[in-house]
Amino acid sequence: MAFLFGRRKSANSAKERLQLVLIHDRTDLSPVELESLKDDLIQTISRHIDIDPMAVTIRVAQDGRSQRLVADIPLRSVGRRRGHETGRAAG
Amino acid sequence: MVAKVVTIVSGKGGVGKTTTAANIAVALASRGLKVTCVDGDIGLRNLDVVLGLENRIVYDLVDVTEGRCRLRQAMIRDKRLPELYLIPAAQTRDKTAVSPSDMVRLCDELRQEVDWIIIDSPAGIERGFKNAIAAADRVLVMTNPEVSAVRDADRVIGLLDAEEKGPAALIINRLDPAMVKRGDMLSVADVIDLLAIELIGIIPEDENVIVATNKGQPLALDGKSKAGLAFQNIARRLMGEQVPFMDLDSQNLFQRLLGRK
Ligand SMILES: Nc1ncnc2c1ncn2[C@@H]1O[C@H](COP(=O)(O)OP(=O)(O)OP(=O)(O)O)[C@@H](O)[C@H]1O
Ligand SMILES: [Mg+2]
Repeated sequence: MAFLFGRRKSANSAKERLQLVLIHDRTDLSPVELESLKDDLIQTISRHIDIDPMAVTIRVAQDGRSQRLVADIPLRSVGRRRGHETGRAAG
Repeated sequence: MVAKVVTIVSGKGGVGKTTTAANIAVALASRGLKVTCVDGDIGLRNLDVVLGLENRIVYDLVDVTEGRCRLRQAMIRDKRLPELYLIPAAQTRDKTAVSPSDMVRLCDELRQEVDWIIIDSPAGIERGFKNAIAAADRVLVMTNPEVSAVRDADRVIGLLDAEEKGPAALIINRLDPAMVKRGDMLSVADVIDLLAIELIGIIPEDENVIVATNKGQPLALDGKSKAGLAFQNIARRLMGEQVPFMDLDSQNLFQRLLGRK
């Protein structure tokens, strides 16, 4: 049966698992800590501007051997003053 | 002569550092260069047996650093190649017997006498690792295409960057093209993608490696086996030559046509 649907290759699992593990090892940032950082970020930003907490994403992007923390924080529309707007923060 | 110091490290144990150090040294020496290998694995000496020189040891690395003999006296000369020497590790003493500055001093003295110094390091990231990289001009990080070896290699690459010993170059050992083909082993491209450093060698899984070690006759002495050729290619790349990487896949296809796999 399995071969009909294509067995999931173990090398792919190895690569995907390593990608996540290496981010953690290189940054000392666990997935749990990343979530709590996201919550802090949402709180801080919400004090200044109206955002949709559910739409916020945060991840560690790789560029060669260096890492960047990339947050995508969509802003809520401010009614008639301006239209819909999206803000991006990277740092 | 001002030698280049090349150190082979890995993080994880047993990935093939000692085998590779011996073979790179042999390959360089067989190209007429003067080479000294230094076994940095204090307490777990092995470079001597891989090179087949175990019966000729009188003095070791710690004898040199503690002043019991001169450097020259601890250099065992290989009879097969006129310009290949080994400084063996001490076998019984504690691992703190040698310090990073001892290694720098030793290599500074050696540098005047040879073209290449090849240092084999112990597994791990402790004192022996720090000793082995202290004098290095170039560090080669060794891994196997499997999860824990790649993870440990990444840790070591990070440490080398922090110690300003980078950029390191990568050697992938024990690659099994058939397993890669059926998706059960990380490919060379996968490993480079993950570790994001320059590649300097790919060595296939090859039972000749074990046969050669049994006999104390490093494969690179004659480059007929695939692994032996891979070691020679690494040596040539170290010397600055552009050597294309072996196409292991097509060789595998060839083997299968012969019905060997
Ligand atoms: N390409 C290869 N094909 C088959 N066997 C290999 C290959 N490379 C190494 N080996 C075998 O793997 C074993 C470990 O190799 P080696 O002692 O060189 O590793 P090491 O990294 O120096 O280990 P340690 O960390 O304990 O010092 C040996 O038995 C060796 O013969
Ligand atoms: Mg070893």
